[in-house]
Amino acid sequence: MSALLEARGLSKRFGGVVAADAVSFSLAPGEMLAMIGPNGAGKSTTFAMVGGQLAPDSGRVLLDGADVTGLSPAALFRRGIGRTFQVAQTFATMTVCENVQMALLSAAGEVFGLWRTARARHREAALEALARVGMAQAADRPTATLAYGDVKRVELAIALAARPRVLLMDEPTAGMAAQERAELMALVRTIARERAIGVLFTEHDMGAVFAHADRILVLVRGEIVAAGAPEAVREDARVRAAYLGETGARTAAQALDARETHDGGRP
Amino acid sequence: MDPAFLVIQGLNGLASASSLFLIASGLTLVFGVTRIVNFAHGSLTMLGAYAAALLAPLAMASLGKPLGFWTAIAVAAIAVGLLGVLIEIVLLRRIYRAPELFQLLATFALVLIIQDLVILTIGPQDVLGPRAPGLTGFVEIFGRRFPLYELFLIAVGPIVLGLLWLLLTRTRFGILVRAATQDREMVGALGVDQARLFTGTLFLGAFLAGLGGALQIPRAPANTEMDLALIAEAFVVTVIGGMGSVTGAFLAAILIGVLQAYGILIFPEITLVVVFLLMAIVLVVRPYGLLGKPEPIGAGPGAAFALTLRPWTGVENALAILGILALAAAPLLLDAYGVTVATEAVILALVAFSLHLIIGVGGLVSFGHAAWFGLGAYGAALAVKSLSIPMEAALALAPLVAGLGAALFGAFVVRLSGIYLAMLTLAVAQILYAVAFQWVEVTGGDNGIVGVWPADWASGRIVYFYLVLALAGAAILALRRIMYAPFGYALRAARDSALRAEAIGIAVRRTRWLAFALSGAAAGLAGGLWTFLKGAIDPTVLSIPVSVDALAMLLLGGAQTVIGPIVGAGLLHMMEDQTMPLTDYWRLVLGLVLLAIVLLAPRGVVGAIEALREARRDETRAAKGAPP
Amino acid sequence: MSAGTTPLLVVEGLDAAYGRARVLFDVSLEIAAGEVVALMGRNGAGKSTTLKAVLGLVPAKARRLTFLDRSIAGLAPHRIARLGLGWVPEERRIFTELTVAENLEVGRRPAPDGRAPWTPERLFALFPNLAEMRGRRADAMSGGEQQMLAIARTLMGNPSLVLLDEPSEGLAPVIVEQMADAVRAMKQEGIAVLLSEQTAAFAAAVSDRAYGLARGEIRASGTLDAVSAALAV
Repeated sequence: MSALLEARGLSKRFGGVVAADAVSFSLAPGEMLAMIGPNGAGKSTTFAMVGGQLAPDSGRVLLDGADVTGLSPAALFRRGIGRTFQVAQTFATMTVCENVQMALLSAAGEVFGLWRTARARHREAALEALARVGMAQAADRPTATLAYGDVKRVELAIALAARPRVLLMDEPTAGMAAQERAELMALVRTIARERAIGVLFTEHDMGAVFAHADRILVLVRGEIVAAGAPEAVREDARVRAAYLGETGARTAAQALDARETHDGGRP
Repeated sequence: MDPAFLVIQGLNGLASASSLFLIASGLTLVFGVTRIVNFAHGSLTMLGAYAAALLAPLAMASLGKPLGFWTAIAVAAIAVGLLGVLIEIVLLRRIYRAPELFQLLATFALVLIIQDLVILTIGPQDVLGPRAPGLTGFVEIFGRRFPLYELFLIAVGPIVLGLLWLLLTRTRFGILVRAATQDREMVGALGVDQARLFTGTLFLGAFLAGLGGALQIPRAPANTEMDLALIAEAFVVTVIGGMGSVTGAFLAAILIGVLQAYGILIFPEITLVVVFLLMAIVLVVRPYGLLGKPEPIGAGPGAAFALTLRPWTGVENALAILGILALAAAPLLLDAYGVTVATEAVILALVAFSLHLIIGVGGLVSFGHAAWFGLGAYGAALAVKSLSIPMEAALALAPLVAGLGAALFGAFVVRLSGIYLAMLTLAVAQILYAVAFQWVEVTGGDNGIVGVWPADWASGRIVYFYLVLALAGAAILALRRIMYAPFGYALRAARDSALRAEAIGIAVRRTRWLAFALSGAAAGLAGGLWTFLKGAIDPTVLSIPVSVDALAMLLLGGAQTVIGPIVGAGLLHMMEDQTMPLTDYWRLVLGLVLLAIVLLAPRGVVGAIEALREARRDETRAAKGAPP
Repeated sequence: MSAGTTPLLVVEGLDAAYGRARVLFDVSLEIAAGEVVALMGRNGAGKSTTLKAVLGLVPAKARRLTFLDRSIAGLAPHRIARLGLGWVPEERRIFTELTVAENLEVGRRPAPDGRAPWTPERLFALFPNLAEMRGRRADAMSGGEQQMLAIARTLMGNPSLVLLDEPSEGLAPVIVEQMADAVRAMKQEGIAVLLSEQTAAFAAAVSDRAYGLARGEIRASGTLDAVSAALAV
């Protein structure tokens, strides 16, 4: 598989603290890549460097081989990177459909349009994107009235509307009830496969990680200490010692078992 | 230049710096702990000056000269400190959690109220205080005479800084103040009663303000214009020093005092500009000031100011058309005076509506909208007077000049957020005010520019009304169109979630910058129309009260709806028009109205009607048994 | 819980949310005087929110929320703290611009019921590292030292119950040992501790019993082993 997104030796220091130390990984089309590790291990820092919120001190980010290091989030969006946030970010004073239309207006380069009314622009495409995440029926509701789980789905629709090639998801299941978590992750996985989108996500819920990731990166103190298939990562003694512990390993095992029976393992 | 003169000038600068520091240190301490920028801080200084000027002669008569004088100073400062306590308990306590725009408006309401109460009780005339006993003489420095009292003031600054340092590091109260400046919630979780801490801080801050004012009386009489002049400078000092930092305020005060002292030698016309320019530069290079902490302060104007768009219903369209028809018929129904008032109201509606684009749609707290109104007004007046171009061309030039000005300053403004953005917009307006005031050769200074009348065909009262209605109406409709266009949506998107907006490719800063320029251009057109209505303008078109008036209209009408600001402009202007002839104390009335809105009806009049409608809709739904 | 002891803190049916994201669902727990109880759960399980909700720092609703038989629901945080409920937050929230001694001063409250109050000297005996740096600004301290200062600062308020949020997080093993000593010392002084933890090792070393929290719900309670096992399911 060719690399869609590649991080090469990303490093970042804050004062005297090394937040990320030569972090390298690659992401293939259609792949679900999870990044896990204890708090303060550098997940957020790495994620922010890939997503354009933070410029690395050294190292590069490549998208389809092209250097995109240090580009703004807006520029990264135009090159095909979509993202969701730990606390879902939507436009609270707009309807659900308008939220998605916003992404399409932006992708079409129309946001500086001063005259034509925005309300009907790209509505069909937006409805389609909403239908894909199961939110079409709520299209005309004010976003502020949705349940949080639904807001997360709307955010996913916004991130996917402009057909990105890479999706960055920061704690995609945070704040959701158990049932919603599983459904959302399954949905993301299906769409990623369908559209060959590479998905990089951080996650604290080991059930979600081991049930849905194709590969897992483990960060501890700013360094990648393990990377590989879920089974291998679960067996890794260092990962158990530094992060998973007995509890996490057991959760992981159960998630992996359930996965075998559901979809016969990874592709 | 004579080196001795330069030294004297430097000493003058240091003396001013001391006074400035006294005032700014209180402002910054109060801000650090309560996170409120107290607009009324300058008013407290003014009260300190009045109290000392009135008390000192009495005290000196009964207690003897030196003792009486210094007793009066101390009593004045303590009394102002107690007033600060009263303000904290009665007002500030209710608005600690409110958006910063409400806090600024509420404390500005105090400015208005205090100003009128002073005029009401003491009168509008200046009050001259006695000179300080024992410090009336001069010392000789390099062969030049330098007042002893100024020398004393130079010493006061470092002494107060030292005492504050002792208070902040050696007393439990001071340690708690510093801890709360860093993390209020944690201090509360450790068992410290925040309410008492805040009250104590307000006493200290107001005491320093009062002391700063009281110590001014041997230099200058107490007067009713001190408050806004001082608060603007104190804002600049605290912002440059870093909000919440006492040492930063000291450094900034010295920087500004000295800069002003020498600036007056080099650019006598624009010393004030130099000061505000320094602030603009510091904010761009160090957005949190010299010694400030890089933390975002203030989250924008808040939900009460967030416009929500929906297509108008048939009823609303009909009402709008009816409203336009009623305006068009106004000259038939009103007398000559009424037509003038209606013309003013339409112009002000454009001012409020243009501000709506930045605040309601863009979520940027602008506290200096007068800048663009005034720039348009001066642009038109100067075009007619100096370039001798006709009214039609001048009216086209007004929005252009204001729009370019807003684009230029806006490039700096949109780099900031929250309270710092509000402070910078205020500073921008004050820069332009200062230019208009001091650059007498071009702007006519205090007297302004007179004799700017419309072209002959438009000189009739009624014709001019229709001209204003057509131009302002067209501008309002264009702005409304923009709100419903993709650009308006993008601007709103950036307000609702800047993170999300960036993540879908919206260049947030550029979007805000364009909005700033468009809004400025629209306000500039209003300024141009105002000039030809009045036939004369002076620096007051650029003053803080104009900015606050625009905000009050937005607030009164309600910023959550498209129509709110227009209704607010009409209501506020009618109210001012009705109260001004009846009472000299319209500032008092306006202040009370502002307080009432902030405390009782934060969504404004149209917002309140919307809320009623929503409630009725919910009731109907409930009655029908349908799901909400 | 031993029979006959009145519980210090009783939480029944606690719900909390950040905006519309619900974090706690019907959480109930009890702590008696002098007990060390662990609140186990992974990141994001709602441990910190539980502690903050008890202190009134996040909006929450509860069927019953009492401390020393007194309802503390809706009380201002400083009133709750003054009743003898101390809190050491996960992020420590040391006043970094203040010295060690000043940080302790902020925490100082009179001791209730005539107990010998904590003094800086007694705390320096407990945390010898701190004694050497009493005049130092807190931002010049290591993470472990800041954690000790955070505990010491809370003890200056003479609490009868300390809510200790993830004290071992991000600390070197040797410092974690000292942290465990500190918790045992508190227990010896008769101070009850509610300890939120992710790692069983630390909790096992200090606590009497445990609750298990997952996704905002209490999933188990009892011995630490039982709770760990239940959480893994």
